[in-house]
Amino acid sequence: MASLPFHEAPMLEVIDLTCRRGGRQVFDHLSFSLGVGELLALVGRNGSGKTTLLRALALLVRADAGVILWQGGDVRADPEVWRAQLAWLGHLDGLKGDLSVRENLLAGEALRGARSGEDRLDAALAAFDLAQLATRPVRTLSAGQRRRSALARVVMAQAPIWLLDEPLNALDSAAQQAFRSAVDRHLQAGGIAIAATHADLGLPSARRLELGAPL
Amino acid sequence: MGLVARDLRLVWRRPGDVTVVLAFFVVATVLFPLGIGPETNILARIAAGVLWCAALFASLLSLDRLFAADFEDGTLDLLLLAPWPLELATLAKCAAHWIVTGLPLALLAPLLGLGFGLETSSLLGLAVTLLVGTPTLSLIGGLAAALTLGARRSGALLALLALPLCVPTLIFGAGAVESLASGEGFSTHIAILGALALVSIATTPWAMAAALRQAGE
Repeated sequence: MASLPFHEAPMLEVIDLTCRRGGRQVFDHLSFSLGVGELLALVGRNGSGKTTLLRALALLVRADAGVILWQGGDVRADPEVWRAQLAWLGHLDGLKGDLSVRENLLAGEALRGARSGEDRLDAALAAFDLAQLATRPVRTLSAGQRRRSALARVVMAQAPIWLLDEPLNALDSAAQQAFRSAVDRHLQAGGIAIAATHADLGLPSARRLELGAPL
Repeated sequence: MGLVARDLRLVWRRPGDVTVVLAFFVVATVLFPLGIGPETNILARIAAGVLWCAALFASLLSLDRLFAADFEDGTLDLLLLAPWPLELATLAKCAAHWIVTGLPLALLAPLLGLGFGLETSSLLGLAVTLLVGTPTLSLIGGLAAALTLGARRSGALLALLALPLCVPTLIFGAGAVESLASGEGFSTHIAILGALALVSIATTPWAMAAALRQAGE
């Protein structure tokens, strides 16, 4: 199975991760490690297990074997500490249609246990050109605008690890550019990002992990 | 807590959902006098049971959306990924549900009881038993909602799971009002209702959290 060369002083290390779902091997003995400022693009066909791998990393799906190490410690030893390191963008946007963009972002922060995020809110909104839309209820927004709002929530969390499932979905070229700059800033600040994608992220620094396509 | 505030704000944006529940409660209770006929002594005798049953059905009516809405828009994942115990989150969701259904039902019930010809002391007793008893209904219903998450016909399944578990609360809730009317006082009943609520608070969040994690897989 695919495995990447060992990187010096890895922050995140995945060893022999194996996952079966419904009697089917989704991925088998998957190993990789990521250091400070690295981006991993999970590529593969539909159904190749990209989303399952992301969910397994977030401990939303139980892996059948293998360990995930964060700064040398097993993340399952203290899931709550591990979850505090993550910013999550699922294939669903995770936004409430009846709340405004602003309220959604603040609710997301409240869920993460952050006290106040007004200053970070403005920066996150600006990063995805959402200042004009901030008070609009999310249900009135287009799919691309919702995706941008969800990405703004990821930026706002200021978490060291970003887990992104098809981040470019529904984004126009300007928004894709905004996404790339946001990822660049995150990596330069020493963050890690793992993105499942079937399209090219357009980020040359990305390492690629190809997931095999089971039947 | 942030989650309670968010859920209450969501309800505030869509007051229709709560209005429907309260309207159902009123309509369901009003049907009984129409079906049974205007004999005050019979009506006064069955009032507590009718109001309690109607409150139970009404609170179940809104429960199937408790976690399903979060499941469908992806916010359930954010809840699962929050860096604090999921058990607390489920408790917060049930608390928000109780504030918008159990609480108004308990306040509305004495008004309807008036129409059944209940005495003042029974009216107060009814409100008190509902105040103590409805949190249990929200929690048990929340557990059923978490267990049926993602299932087809989850609404009917939810009612089937939750109703038998709500029987003790129903018996002691309606029984309290009756024993009050017969002059025996209702402190024992209230104590048992309180105990049921505490047991639910102490046990259902763990079961709900486990069911939600399962649904997230």
